[in-house]
Parts: sequence; C-alpha cells; structure tokens
Amino acid sequence: MELTNLNIPSWSDMAFWLPEAVLALTFLAALIGDLVVRGRRTWVPMIISVIGLVIAGIYTVLGLGQPAQTIMGDLIIVDGMAAFFRLLFIFTGLATVLFAWTSEEIMGRGRENKGEFFALTVMMTLATCVIAEARDLLMLFLAMEGVGLVSYVMAGYMRFNLRSTEASLKYVLFGAVSSAIMLYGLSLLYGLTGSMDFAGIREVLMTGRVDAFSLLVAVILIFAGFSFKVAAVPFHFWCPDVYHGAPTPVSALFSVGPKAAGFALMIRFFYSTLATGPDAAGMAALTSQINWPLLLGAVSAVTMTYGNLVALRQENVKRMLAYSSIAHVGYLLMGFVLLSEAGLAAILFYLLVYTLMNLGAFFYVTAINNHLKSEDLSDYVGIGFRAPWAGAMMVVFLASLTGVPPFAGFIGKLYLFTAAMDTSLYWLVIVAGLNSVVGLYYYFKVVKAMFLTSPPDDQDMSPLKLHWLQYVVLAVLAIPTLALGIFFGEFSELANSAIALLTTGI
Amino acid sequence: MGEHILSWMTFFPVIGAAVIAFIPSEKKEIIKTTAAAAAAVPLILAVQLFMNFDRGVSAAAGTVESYQFVEHYTWIKAFNIEYFMGIDGLSVPMVLLTAFLSFLCIFASWGINKSVKGYFSLFLILEAGMFGVFCALDFFLFYVFWEVMLLPMYFLIGIWGGPRREYAAIKFFLYTLAGSVLMLLAMIGFYLHTVDPETGGHTFNMLHMMNQGNHDAWLQASNIRHLLWFGLFIGFAIKVPIVPFHTWLPDAHVEAPTAVSVILAGVLLKMGTYGILRISYPMLPDMAQWFAYPMVILGAINILYGAYCAMAQTDMKKLVAYSSVSHMGYVLLGMGAAAKAGLGLQSAQAAMNGAVLQMFNHGTITAMMFLSVGVIYDRAHHRRINGFGGLGMQMPVYFSFFSFCLFAALGLPGLSGFISEAMIFMGAFPAYRTVAMISALGIIIGAAYVLWMLQRVFLGPKNDEYDNLPDINTREMFTLVPIGIIVLILGVYPMPVLDLMRVSMTNLIKVVAG
Repeated sequence: MELTNLNIPSWSDMAFWLPEAVLALTFLAALIGDLVVRGRRTWVPMIISVIGLVIAGIYTVLGLGQPAQTIMGDLIIVDGMAAFFRLLFIFTGLATVLFAWTSEEIMGRGRENKGEFFALTVMMTLATCVIAEARDLLMLFLAMEGVGLVSYVMAGYMRFNLRSTEASLKYVLFGAVSSAIMLYGLSLLYGLTGSMDFAGIREVLMTGRVDAFSLLVAVILIFAGFSFKVAAVPFHFWCPDVYHGAPTPVSALFSVGPKAAGFALMIRFFYSTLATGPDAAGMAALTSQINWPLLLGAVSAVTMTYGNLVALRQENVKRMLAYSSIAHVGYLLMGFVLLSEAGLAAILFYLLVYTLMNLGAFFYVTAINNHLKSEDLSDYVGIGFRAPWAGAMMVVFLASLTGVPPFAGFIGKLYLFTAAMDTSLYWLVIVAGLNSVVGLYYYFKVVKAMFLTSPPDDQDMSPLKLHWLQYVVLAVLAIPTLALGIFFGEFSELANSAIALLTTGI
Repeated sequence: MGEHILSWMTFFPVIGAAVIAFIPSEKKEIIKTTAAAAAAVPLILAVQLFMNFDRGVSAAAGTVESYQFVEHYTWIKAFNIEYFMGIDGLSVPMVLLTAFLSFLCIFASWGINKSVKGYFSLFLILEAGMFGVFCALDFFLFYVFWEVMLLPMYFLIGIWGGPRREYAAIKFFLYTLAGSVLMLLAMIGFYLHTVDPETGGHTFNMLHMMNQGNHDAWLQASNIRHLLWFGLFIGFAIKVPIVPFHTWLPDAHVEAPTAVSVILAGVLLKMGTYGILRISYPMLPDMAQWFAYPMVILGAINILYGAYCAMAQTDMKKLVAYSSVSHMGYVLLGMGAAAKAGLGLQSAQAAMNGAVLQMFNHGTITAMMFLSVGVIYDRAHHRRINGFGGLGMQMPVYFSFFSFCLFAALGLPGLSGFISEAMIFMGAFPAYRTVAMISALGIIIGAAYVLWMLQRVFLGPKNDEYDNLPDINTREMFTLVPIGIIVLILGVYPMPVLDLMRVSMTNLIKVVAG
C-alpha cells in the first residue's frame, strides 16, 4: 500500500460516528467521575454511563436509514447492519449497567472498584460496536482485542474470589492463543491478496489467481478465531468456566455482547470477501473446492448438540445457561451455512431475540443470587412462589429459550429453520429440531425446581423482596420477549433491510 | 360480538385470566366466580354458534365459502401469516365440546385450594388455546395455538397433580414437543412450497395448502409427500395417542387433577384426530388413501391393546386412561376406512361421520368417567379398585351415576357411545372386513373391564373402612347431570350433531377417496 493511496480520516467522518464518540467520552467521564467521588458514591459513574448510553442510543436512532458510509480511511463502514448491532449493543450495555447496580456480587459490601464496572461496560459496548463496523483486517483485529481486554478484566472482577480469578486467567490464555491463530490467518490472507481491506481482498480473490489451498488454510484459521469469540465447538472450552466464574451480570453481558459481535464480524467478513455473488465466477471456482456448507453445517450441528447434551447434566443454573448459550450458537450458525440473505437476516433476528431472553435469564439468576448466594438448582426449590412475578418472567425467558410459541424464541427458530429448509439443509433442520426438544428438558428442570417440586417442610418460604429496578429491567426484557412472539413483522423487516443494505453495499 | 364470534370465544378466557391475575390471592371465591364467568361467555357463544350454523351450506370443498363465521386479516405481512379463523362441520362439534367441558370443569375444580389464582388463570389460557386450534385456518396460527396449550398443561399437571406429577408433567411436555417439532418442519415444508394463487409468494393459508394445484414440483414428489405425511402424522399421533406413542397418557392422566384429566381426555386427545382430518387428509389426500390400511390396523391395535391394558389396571384413573386409548382406536378405524379408495360413498360416510361423532361422544363419556372417579378420590383419597367394595349400598346415587357412564363407555344401546361405534363398524366392515371383525372384539373386552371394575368397587361385601363416606353432593351432580343428559339424548337421537358435520365430512370424503 502506498502512502498516497491512504485516505486520511477527516473530522467530517465523525458525523457518522457520533454514537462511538459519545461512548468513548462516556467511558472517560465515568472513570473520572469515579475518581472524583473516590469510589464511594457509586451512583455517580452509574448515572454517567446510563446518560452516555442513552445519548449514544438516540444518535444511533437518529442516524437510522442513512446510506452506507465508509469512514476513517476506509477502516470503518457505517451501514444498516452496523446500526442494527449498535442498537443491540447499546441496549445490552444499558441493561447490564442498570442490573449490575442492583447486584450484590458487584455492588455488595466490601467489594472494590465498584465504579469502574460501569466504565468497563461502556468500553465493552464501544468495542463491540466497532467490531460490527470493521471492514479492514487491521480494524477487525484491533476491535477484537479491544473486546478481549475488557472481557479479561471484567471476568476477574471479583478479585478475591478464586473462581472469578480462574475465569479471568483462563479467558486470557485461551484468548491469547486464539488471537494468535487468527492473526496468523489474517497475515496469510494479506500475503495472498496484498490487501487489508475486505473489498480489496474480494477483488483479488475474484480474479481467481490465488492458491486455493493457502486460501483454505487462511480462512480456516480466521474462522477458528471467530469460533473462539462466539464459543462454537471445538473452541468453546473457556466458555462454561468463564461464565460460571465471572459475576453473573458480567456473564450476562458476555453471553450476548461479544457473541453477537462475533457473528456481526463473521457475517461481514465472509459475506464481503468470500460470498459467491452473481458476478463472482472466479470466486466460485476458489470456494467450491471445499464443501463449505457441509463443514459449517457440521460445526453448527456439533455445537448445538454438544451444548444441549452437556447442559442436561448441569446442576448449577449459571453453568447450565453457559452451555445453553453454546447450543444457541449452534442454532445461529445454521443461518450462516449457505450465506443466503434469508439466513443472515435470520441470524440478526435471532440475535435480537436471544439478547432479550438470555439477558433476562441471567438477570433473574443475578437477582436470586442476591438473596440465596447460590445458583445451585437444589437451592431454587420453591423460589417461584417466593417471588411470583419474577418467577413468571423467568418462565417466559426459559420457554422462549426452548423455542415454544407464543414467545420470541420460537419465531427466531422458525426464521432460522425456514432459511435452512429453503436452502435444502434438511438434515441440519432435523438435528436442530431434535435439539430443541433436548433443550426443553434442562430449561424446564429450572422451572420444575422453581414451581413444581414441593419444598421441604423446614424451608423458608417467606416472600423475596427484589429491588424495584430489577423488576423494571426484567419486565423490559420479558414484555418484548412475549410481544415479539406475536408481532414480529416490524423487527423481521428491520433485520431483512439490515442484510439487504449489507449485500447491496459491497 | 356477532361479527367476531370466534375471536371473542377464543380470547374472552384470556381476558378472564388477565383479570384473575390482578385479584388478590386471598379472595378465592371471587377468583373462582370470575373464572366461571369467563368460561360461561364462550359457552353462550357456542350455543349461539350451534343455533346459527348453516347445516346445509353447499359451497365446494376447499373454498372459503365452505367455512362459516370466517375472520380473515393480515397478521405478519413479511411471512404472509394471516389471522384466519373459521369453522366447518368438523370443527363445530369440537368447539361445542370444548366450551361445554371447560365450563363444567371450572366447577369441578371448585375444591382447589393451592394457588387458586394460578390454577384458574392457567386453566382459562388452556381453554383459549383449545378454541384456537379448532378455529384456526392458517397453519401458523394453528401451530401457535397448538403449542400455547403446552405450557399451562405442564403447570396444571406439575403443580396441582398427584405424587408423581413432576415426572408426568415433563413427560407430557417432552412427548408433545417432539411431535410438534416434526409438525413444525412439515409446516415449513408446506409454507415454502405452496404457491399463493393471489400473490405468487409463500403462504400459511390452509385452504391454499389443501388445493393440490398450488403445490410446486417439490411438494408433488412422492418421497417428499411421504416424509411430510409422517412428519404430520407422528405429531398428531402423539396427541391422539396412537400406540406406540401413548406412554405419556396414563402418567399424565393419573397425576393430573380431576378437571385437567377431563380436559386432557375430553378435548386434547381429539386434537390429534382433528389435526389428521383438518390438515393431513385434505393436504395430502393421496397419502391418506395410501395410509388407509395402516391407519385401520393402528386403530385395531389401539382398540385391543388399550382394552387389554385397561383390564389389567388396579388404579381406577389409569383404567379410564387406557379406555381412552381404546376408544380413540375406533376413531382411527373409522378415519382409515373412510379413506379407502373405491369404497361406496354411503359406507365412507358412515365411517367418517361415525369417527367424528365418536370424538364427540368419547369426549362426553370419558369426562363423566373422570369426574366420577374424582368424586370417590376426593372422599377416600385413593383410587385402588381392590380397595373398595360394596360402595353401591353406601353411596346409591353415586353408584347410579357411575354405572350410567360406565354403561355408556361399554357401548350400551340407547346411550351415545353405541351409535358412533355402530356407525364406524358399518363403514369399516365393507372396507376392511377382517380388521373390523378383530376390532369388534374390543367391545367385548371393553365390557369385561368396565363390568369387572363395577363389580369390585360397588358390589360384594362392604368395606367397613368406608362406612362414613357421604354420597355425591350437589356441586358434583351439577357437573355430571348435564353431560349425562347429552349422552342420553345423543344415544337416542344423534341427529343434532350429525347434521352439523354431514356436509363437511362428505366434502372431505370426496377429496380423499375421490
């Protein structure tokens, strides 16, 4: 690359990057705010973060519908899909901040550095947003490492808790190895094509003058890096330990934010470099040397089956939800197998639904942990009757995760199944269908403990008093989980248009 | 309400459930009264349907005009999903049965004392789901209603059930969901490969799916049609339940509280056969014809296996549960016979009408049986057949009620069960003589287990332990008498129900058997 060809970022680019700018400033303001109050009045950084996230959200909404823009010297693209993910991440960040505020694990007596948590959540939101906007290998790697660094700190937030420290260390080690693998793949790809830019890579690949085997190696290495981020088998080993060890609000954030970001990146990277469009005769020759659908389909099938089967045996709700999130990655990958537009739109819609229901389930676990100091299934006996409204909302989340109508999870599955059936992946749909039935068993093991099992006579059955904010956040998650199961037209169109913009924007 | 009678019927119970959720849980009587009111409105609407239903509508099969009280709106445009409700002769008897049994079951649940609020809200949501299934004409809508029932049912069995309720509840849920997933895949197959004649896009409209001309090349391929048939069939077979998919049923029935058993046996089982007649038969008529003989054989197995199992039971409720398996076998026998190619129209009509009438009659008779068993269980707190004896002298009124419904169950002429079974055999005999003859043995075994139970519980030396059992009370009679009257009337004069279904069932026969 010659220097003269470089686009120097200009200030005018910032007009398209206002949400990110606000998030960056919020991160600094929250940190400084925490320093000013010397870590005592933790509501100060909390309020700063909330305000910043809300403003960033407003800017994102205002920017909806703008044509796709390439900014920052072609490193960043702001398009429909980026906007979709921005909204998703900002919502996740906001929910996490509010819920963490009520969590004993983070805000409890004797905990250190409480205020920093909010700053870190904002940073995580920022980094995930950038991942969804990267259109250059360099930016891709930087953004992923950004998410990684924040994650390592957050996983180890309970510094004197062994499990939490272990989670952090594990995450760092696995993260470093997978980053190295991915970086190797990225450098191979750069070496093969001489371009860092996704569109540039595609152009070179289209000429067909690239060694197919080297390309295969590069792509598989990169895919391995992505698989680590989304925790797909066989790169999932860190996931249950990290989710189990990290404070529950952090696990909630991990199970949604970085995962969705990984999918955003996968979609953009593979779609803009490798997809076989109508004009891509050279491409087809390159990519058809290996049976991609079978390979990706196998990863998808193995991931969902593994996640579900192992989740069956878990007695700790948090750990079970960790394995369940692996299973959901398997479902999500179904939409990815043929890189069809319907499949990608299905992934976006499912991510939206998944965010709602999975955050909800993790937050309920957080709320209960405040009182029981435990996430063991055996301690959940009778808990449904002690806080009936919260319990009912947990049933909504779990039923939605199972994929039972009339909840949003069903629509997400229907969307994915339809996309896969439409591309004739019948075997994969059948595997996924059977997996949903397996999922029912362990999700409803929780429901069974909460409502069905008779508590022993000496058990405390006094009503649990949950923080009012917890009810608010849970309701904000539960109501759309129900409503999206009945009126999903608007949101499916949003996902469709996000993908349509992506595919025309290349 | 006139325009949207089906919607009101379906969603009024939901409104009732929402109201109940906001009544303080100490006010138990108010909750129960509200529930009764919420179930009474659909019953009144059902009566209105019965009065206004046009028995002689002459529109061709598969047209919107052959359905009545139709409501048709766009729901989700992106997927071409419609809110499409309507009823024909097949659904009307089922809707009537649902409204009637649900209302009575509210009273049969009056004795519930644990989490009253939850019980009645869930019960009403269940009722809404049942109406929805019988009224939906959009496959997606049908599927949603079909699944909406699972969650309330799971809780009703799981929280208010007997000692092994946790096991029974999850078993019911797992079995049904496994079936539903197969149905879902078949549904997506139909959705993707049925061409909407108006827009040219995909459609969930059942009427479009029934029209074979709308099927694309994929859907016309023989192996695909076999797969779709089995996907749908297993989904429905689990609900019926057809042996060997029946093992959830005895567990669920035994553990469920009385009113829930009534709904389970009285209405939910009918959904399986209803689904086959509403979806599988008209959408895949060639497959229905191809499967006629296996269907009849499965029916015979259900009849005999269910009857033999019933004879071996020592728990009264389990006996009734297996008798349901046996009685649903007659429905399958009739359905299979009616689908046989080349069978005369008259025989096919007898078999098909008999099958649907049997669905209705089994609903009423088995409801009475479960209610009766509930009466004795409330008093003695067990249901062991051998644990009683001579109760006939202790509880004479109860004795007469119970014998009435047991005689109805064994098919005594003059009571409704006889008519439908006779019609089924009239149709099945010319179609599949040997199978029909073997199935007829089921009636004898049926008489055996019914009379043997009657003898062990009510006759013989009196068990002193039960000297103080009070006889049946007014509330319990209130739930039993209306059903008894219907069983008696339909046993003498079945035309009120047969008239409702005649035209639609003839249409269906023409579609399936050509």
